[in-house]
Amino acid sequence: MSKALSFFASRWGILSAGVFIGVLAALLQKMGNPPNMGICVACFERDMAGALGLHRAAVVQYMRPEIIGFVLGSLLAAYMFREFRARAGSAPIVRFILGVFAMIGALVFLGCPWRALLRLAGGDGNAIFGLLGLIVGIWIGTLFLKSGYNLGRSQATYTSVGWMLPLIMLGFLVLMLIFPQVPGQEKSGVLFYSPKGPGSMHAPLTISLILGLAIGFVAQKTRFCTMGALRDLILFRQIHLFLGVIALLAAAFITNLILGQFQPGFAKQPVAHTMGLWNFGGMVLAGLAFALAGGCPGRQLFLAGEGDGDASVFVLGMIVGAGISHNFGLASSPDGVGPYGIPAVIIGLLVCCFIGFTMREKTA
Amino acid sequence: MSRIVDARGLSCPQPVLATMKEIEKGPSGEIVVLVDTDTSKENVCRAASGKGWQAKSITPEGSGYRITLVKG
Repeated sequence: MSKALSFFASRWGILSAGVFIGVLAALLQKMGNPPNMGICVACFERDMAGALGLHRAAVVQYMRPEIIGFVLGSLLAAYMFREFRARAGSAPIVRFILGVFAMIGALVFLGCPWRALLRLAGGDGNAIFGLLGLIVGIWIGTLFLKSGYNLGRSQATYTSVGWMLPLIMLGFLVLMLIFPQVPGQEKSGVLFYSPKGPGSMHAPLTISLILGLAIGFVAQKTRFCTMGALRDLILFRQIHLFLGVIALLAAAFITNLILGQFQPGFAKQPVAHTMGLWNFGGMVLAGLAFALAGGCPGRQLFLAGEGDGDASVFVLGMIVGAGISHNFGLASSPDGVGPYGIPAVIIGLLVCCFIGFTMREKTA
Repeated sequence: MSRIVDARGLSCPQPVLATMKEIEKGPSGEIVVLVDTDTSKENVCRAASGKGWQAKSITPEGSGYRITLVKG
């Protein structure tokens, strides 16, 4: 057991996690997930918001089993290695707001950091603008961190607090089993499905769930985090987590080449638009919100699985944010940004700066 | 007399930031860091070793760990 533990915490551990996620994401695409979207935490949580009817964008409604698997796989790893610790109370309302704006920013770009890497690995040049935005957003976040920004301490709490998000995810899975997709129909029982569009594209449920569980398990143990990778590089000149990001990118690129999924270019890339400035701007907002909340969307799911109630609130913020994004016309589409996407990014940046400037611990 | 950093309840990257701040205050000696998650334990040890500090001991304390870092 201790050998396994030291492997997961080692450089080889984080490299393996990156390779594992990169290969499985490309394979999930091959098995039915949308193009350059083998895994996208933001897009998949948006699809889940659609499945619940929190928005009614007909093409993006599906209760993604990968997300359910991420949380439950992390829970499994946390219990197996005795790392489950229920904790909560570090400014949950702020984490909710950060989750909302993180999602708004990510949906202006059309993807989370994982998908930004997967889009690049699939040849989508627009992802470069998104990744540059992510770096700038995280860099701004590190400036706040250096000046004392801090959301305060969490408290140890009842075990059941830590179980809330895993139980919600389990509930979503049960709903999927009771109300399975009916081909060609938009509704099955209480759940919405997409008869066409990205929401209709998915790998078989069992495969998505099992691979999600496996990724959740490995990522919980290795602490894989795309935001942390860039933050630690900027803040501490530390490359540990960054190795995982590079491994993901390289592994997805090679797997895409082998599977014939690499299509280089800028125009007509799948589920993407070519408005460079707003690909950049959306991810500045998302990157800053991730940095202020202490984790990328994937990492927040893994933290939620190991008992972190504050990360769970961030996840719920992202799901609600997806509803707001589509209902208010903030989310982009292949035609470009939504009618109110640009003002939403500006408001989001102002809100994040308000949070960053006003939540600083005074140093002696 | 060792210096103490209480990073319990703080989320990433605060435990490392607080430890680094203490490391910058003095080039050698002993620093005790209290953390409450395994992630914080790993991150603090990794960051400290990058600055030439060694984890002399890591003992369970409460629901977390007491890490004793030494240098010099």
